Amino acid sequence: MSMPFYVSPEQQMKDKADYARKGIARGRSVVVLQYADGILFVADNPSRALHKISEIYDRIAFAAVGKYNEFENLRLGGVRYADVNGYQYDRRDVTARGLANVYAQSLGTIFTETNKPYEVELVVAEVGEDADTDQIYRLTFDGSVADEHGYVAMGGQAEAVAQSLKDAYREGAALPDALRTAVRALEAQDADRRLVAASLEVAVLDRHREHRLFRRLPAARIEELLAQSAS
Amino acid sequence: MASHDPHSGRLAGLFASPDTSSFSEFLGGYSPELLPGGRSLPRAVTAGDEIPHGTTIVAVTFAGGVVMAGDRRATSGNVIAQRDIEKVFRADEFSAIAIAGTAGLGIEMVRLFQVELEHYEKREGRTLSVEGKANRLATMVRGNLGLAMQGLAVVPLFAGYDEARDVGRIFSYDPAGGRYEEREFHAIGSGSVFARGSLKKLYRPELSAEDAALVCVQALYDAADDDSATGGPDLTRGIFPVVAAVTSEGYRRFGEDDVGALARSVVEARHESPGGPSAPLR
Repeated sequence: MSMPFYVSPEQQMKDKADYARKGIARGRSVVVLQYADGILFVADNPSRALHKISEIYDRIAFAAVGKYNEFENLRLGGVRYADVNGYQYDRRDVTARGLANVYAQSLGTIFTETNKPYEVELVVAEVGEDADTDQIYRLTFDGSVADEHGYVAMGGQAEAVAQSLKDAYREGAALPDALRTAVRALEAQDADRRLVAASLEVAVLDRHREHRLFRRLPAARIEELLAQSAS
Repeated sequence: MASHDPHSGRLAGLFASPDTSSFSEFLGGYSPELLPGGRSLPRAVTAGDEIPHGTTIVAVTFAGGVVMAGDRRATSGNVIAQRDIEKVFRADEFSAIAIAGTAGLGIEMVRLFQVELEHYEKREGRTLSVEGKANRLATMVRGNLGLAMQGLAVVPLFAGYDEARDVGRIFSYDPAGGRYEEREFHAIGSGSVFARGSLKKLYRPELSAEDAALVCVQALYDAADDDSATGGPDLTRGIFPVVAAVTSEGYRRFGEDDVGALARSVVEARHESPGGPSAPLR
């Protein structure tokens, strides 16, 4: 009987993690940050059809980087999770914490039990009554969850983007300033990167809206906000 | 909840098969007992009228939209089961739904329909067309056919704003899931015969949203006048019909004060003329 090659579990996990990290690093970045009226999502994404930022439920949104088909599958599952729970119990009983747990379980199982891990990184955010009750969870390809405050950067040059956010982020900034901070941070992906309204996907969870708090900002509105913050 | 099938390595349960964007279809596979039609029933037993029933709903179109209104009474036989029940609901941003018939099942159907529309919108990134929504509702009503035959019928009325044509549209249903588009106005429920007669005399094409609301309140008054299961405006308790409009601005429920003022003016005028405004003879 021939012996199969032995690969230690440590090595196996390390290889999978490297593989997933490489996949994620190829894509462009997404930032999520708290601002005066809620939570702002900004993606460097020129596509109008393939979204990286989406609504999950009344107060919950989803942002992702990595492989589209993989995070889209997670998004669709998340919408189902939220709608099934909201229908069975009450709309108030759908929480970002519950959703983050389901995602963590799924990602964790896929990472350990399949040959190919998901090459994705997610943020699940829920806007609260005020900034202190906002919740931002960041999930990585292996199913780890981190509870974040203030801002999150994910994707290609996440470190450079996070550094820029760290320098410029101010708590309780108004929407135009928060958007400007986010766009500058995304421009830090490359030395010569310039982002205009048409190449950005922007959405907010605005706690002052009613019922469904998620709203996408159209290009014209993004342009207007960027002009406001420049003056 | 199992989120993963260890044998095939595929996601199970909520994360499996990205094929359907219909919430009710998914729920039917995932947890069929949650669907109104998915429950087993005792054979050949007919529910009596002790289960609360909702009664009269009216809808009237006007230029650029549609108004829908319902009285506030639910009855169990000769008993008033509830005097402030709400039977008119927001279905989504651009449509409204109201129910007559078995109240409990009707409200469940409304909840399912609301999630159905939102679920499709979130998954597909677009809203359904007005016809799409109306057809979806027809399927749900049909799913309730078994219950309807045992005396637990639910009949909804659906009103939506058609963005492409800038008009309000009304769809009515029968318990077998038949879907009929109505022109100008419609009424359903036990008081609908009287309400429809009233609407026929009061409707005109040039109504404004406020006037259409007034027509609805008048029609409900006429229904309550002749149908014991329909509740009239309750001035002593301050309980008035639920009135909502759907236009290009979206769904808007008329404020309690506005409807109260309308209802009071209608009651006031009926002191002079109990039959309400009279139509010209020629």
